[in-house]
Amino acid sequence: MTTVLGLYNYWIVIALMMIGFYVVIAASNLIKKIIGLNIFQTSVFILYISIGMREGGAAPILKEGVEVYANPLPHVLILTAIVVGVATTALGLSLIVRIKEAYGSIEEDDIAEKDGSL
Amino acid sequence: MNQALSAHLPALQVIVPLLAAPLCFLLRRPSLAWPFAFVVTLCTFAAAIALFNQTADGTVLSYHMGGWEPPWGIEYRIDRLSSLVLLLVSGMAAIAMLYAGASVAEEVPRDRQILFYTAFLLCLAGLLGMTITGDAFNLFVFLEISSLSTYILISFGRDRRALTSAFQYLIMGTIGATMLLIGIGFIYMMTGTLNMADLAERLPPVYETKTVRAAFAFIVIGLSIKLALFPLHIWLPNAYSFAPSVLTVFLAGTATKVALYALIRFVYTIFGGDFAFGQVPLQYILLSMAVLAVFSGSLYAVFQASVKHALAYSSIAQIGYMVIGVGLFTVAGMSAGLLHLFNHAIMKGCLFMAVGCVYLRYHSVSIETFKGLGRTMPWTMAAFVIGGLGLIGMPLTSGFVSKWYLVLAALDHGWGGFVLIATIMGGSLLAVAYVWRIVEAAYFQDPENDENVEAPLSLLVPTWILALATIYFGIDTHLPVNAATGAALDLLGGTQ
Amino acid sequence: MLLVTALGAVFIRDLFAVIMLFGIYSLVSAGFFLDLSAPDVALTEAAIGAGVAPLLMLATLALTREKTTPQPRAKRSIHTSLLPILVVTMTGAALVYATFDMPFIADPAGPAHNHVAPRYLQASGAEIGIPNVVTSVLASYRGFDTLGEVFVIFTAEIGVLSLLGFLADGSGRQYWQFEDTANLRRHNILHVVSKALIPVILIYAFYVQFHGDYSPGGGFQAGVLFAAGFILYAMIFGLQAAYRVVSPTALYWAMAIGVLLYGGTGVASLLLGGNYLDYNVLGSDAVHGQHNGILIVELGVGICVAAVMMSVFFKFSGRTAHFYDDRREVRK
Repeated sequence: MTTVLGLYNYWIVIALMMIGFYVVIAASNLIKKIIGLNIFQTSVFILYISIGMREGGAAPILKEGVEVYANPLPHVLILTAIVVGVATTALGLSLIVRIKEAYGSIEEDDIAEKDGSL
Repeated sequence: MNQALSAHLPALQVIVPLLAAPLCFLLRRPSLAWPFAFVVTLCTFAAAIALFNQTADGTVLSYHMGGWEPPWGIEYRIDRLSSLVLLLVSGMAAIAMLYAGASVAEEVPRDRQILFYTAFLLCLAGLLGMTITGDAFNLFVFLEISSLSTYILISFGRDRRALTSAFQYLIMGTIGATMLLIGIGFIYMMTGTLNMADLAERLPPVYETKTVRAAFAFIVIGLSIKLALFPLHIWLPNAYSFAPSVLTVFLAGTATKVALYALIRFVYTIFGGDFAFGQVPLQYILLSMAVLAVFSGSLYAVFQASVKHALAYSSIAQIGYMVIGVGLFTVAGMSAGLLHLFNHAIMKGCLFMAVGCVYLRYHSVSIETFKGLGRTMPWTMAAFVIGGLGLIGMPLTSGFVSKWYLVLAALDHGWGGFVLIATIMGGSLLAVAYVWRIVEAAYFQDPENDENVEAPLSLLVPTWILALATIYFGIDTHLPVNAATGAALDLLGGTQ
Repeated sequence: MLLVTALGAVFIRDLFAVIMLFGIYSLVSAGFFLDLSAPDVALTEAAIGAGVAPLLMLATLALTREKTTPQPRAKRSIHTSLLPILVVTMTGAALVYATFDMPFIADPAGPAHNHVAPRYLQASGAEIGIPNVVTSVLASYRGFDTLGEVFVIFTAEIGVLSLLGFLADGSGRQYWQFEDTANLRRHNILHVVSKALIPVILIYAFYVQFHGDYSPGGGFQAGVLFAAGFILYAMIFGLQAAYRVVSPTALYWAMAIGVLLYGGTGVASLLLGGNYLDYNVLGSDAVHGQHNGILIVELGVGICVAAVMMSVFFKFSGRTAHFYDDRREVRK
């Protein structure tokens, strides 16, 4: 896959992103929304890592005799972003648990119904 | 020692509340948590005052985290704009904390109070970190700290709808943050740097590229969600309404303001006004959204059954005023927008505090509850009236000052300016309507019970501090006007 | 592959399958990261995306699953079905538009490779003295971001605690027998295998922790691995047994101490006359200082992450037990 050149790679990433984004806004099940959010974020991670890729670059661990490395900065940023993502997921899921307990449902439509006109 | 302290002040501004959070968590005694958190917010406020004074003459402070010079390391950068926002955020935090003692004791179960204060400190540190940082990615990290803690704090509300509003905010906020992340990724791709000052230098050669334009769009949209700019505001009314009272006060005074700050930072400092207003039609978009925000927010506010909802919609309208100022792309407009940012935080804080007092007594904030409160809670309602007059923009309140500057700034803009002035006037008339409804219920209808149930002093004192500040800044406009103008000059310098 | 799994998430209604697909999606992404020379990210994505996140989702599913089959829904209005497609298409179009002026992927002339990044690759050997550049950037050059990241984790834990119970922790202790893994506990083979496996996982976690300077890994990945080993223990031997080994209170202390270890390192460098998180002042010379600093902050990250992951798992599964028990009562 590394040999795929040009922009093709980015387009795949964009397709993934949009699938995730679609799931977030269109799904009515709350867990599914969270999954969509995760797909959305993971594909942004792929975008970043693609930015960091460099032709013929080795993993950024310094070694004798290796001249070309991948760019380490996007890797660092994405490590941080992955952590932020899982933190958001954990929080979102615990909210879902509480919503289930309070409303008896995790379907958006049911919840809206139970809150009446709101 | 003193010198060393002031040299590290930028770092301390953020790490004091940040590190205080786990310490607060370790206290394990609810009775200790509040005094501890209160002292921390006071220290933070003191640091912000010191920074404000250091930068008042236009000095720009730069602090290198880890000793690495930018753009390799993370830089903290404080100019007149960031120090003004720091002052506002930490000041509001200190006053909200003063209010929190009695309010949290009533609204949050005892075994979770420690968590509440811990999350509050994290939220404060996140907002301050967003304001002070000179690094685009660091801004994202601190945005997430403040957002996550805000979702938590909202879910502390007693109504079960607090949970769903927190969830809705979590989804929208995360989409916004992810868009910001995409935008930052794009500009990193085109420039190879994340430092804001460095970005500002390296972006102009690639202005023409589609990537940078798209990056700009993603960043503006991502931040507009956090800012609750119309039509991306739908998370705000419920989030404000179902959150615990203290949090509503704090959020209304700070969270959207910091998001606006971040927007200004990206638009004016990083991309530069010439790009944002010259090559991209940002002005039309921002101004038309702002006009719609003022009208729709105010209209909705008139028809709400809950006072908290009415005030929340009014916030959406007020954000519209600020964005009008920011979108004018002149020094006068920018300083009027910033001035309104400052004044509105104080007025809204005062109003939500008064509502919190009512909630404490009646456990409801519907407009029905407010019947006859002028008699049973005279001090609370008097403060409410002062805040309400500020929202309308009566002379002698700070709301008048900022709207006056806004009108003056719009006058320079020909026909478009008249539309804006009409919007400001129309919004103010609608404000009369929604404030009057509440005041009418409080003063011209009979209470169900004549008993005097005035709120305790511990809530009234902070409420009145903000009420008096609303009047004070309406008469002595020296401090905010100078600060806002200075900040606007820093941002727009050459394009005056 | 990625596209297939992601599309699956759109069309499949069964949540269990969707969660599994998401796990596969993450695992494939992790393989992709490895392929793109990002082993650190790959390790993390595998541990988080294919491990922790699906586990939490499954726990949530167990807590919220309805036994009744969902009734057929009234057809959703045009507003709710068209709007998302419109928004997504516009966003996607903007993104594709953006790609047309992008430097080609992996092009060494791309600006991303030529401004800030080269210094990390060229100078970190001399300035920090460790081979793994990702660790150098993570813990030192951009150490403040990582401090923020640890605080994000801490914040999430505060949220989980406030939502799923904090001091009222007795629930987990009382209702530890929950149905899902009760069967697991009876399998002798599982016991033997896991008793052999868990120590290996824990030792590997320590390796990842302390070898992060030389090979992919570091505090974050180690913390997740350590927690994974522990969670395995809890699933097989029961929550109560796990509580006997590590009490929730100990976890609270551990996570706060982990965070403070990182933040405190920064304060130490302040006291020694450096800027916040400037490790140069922490040793006899700059390189030693950097070594010490990175060692300590990575340890802080590891402790905090491990404690948070374990505690979050306990909260979710403790809640499960509680929930099942409630239902049993209802049934009676």
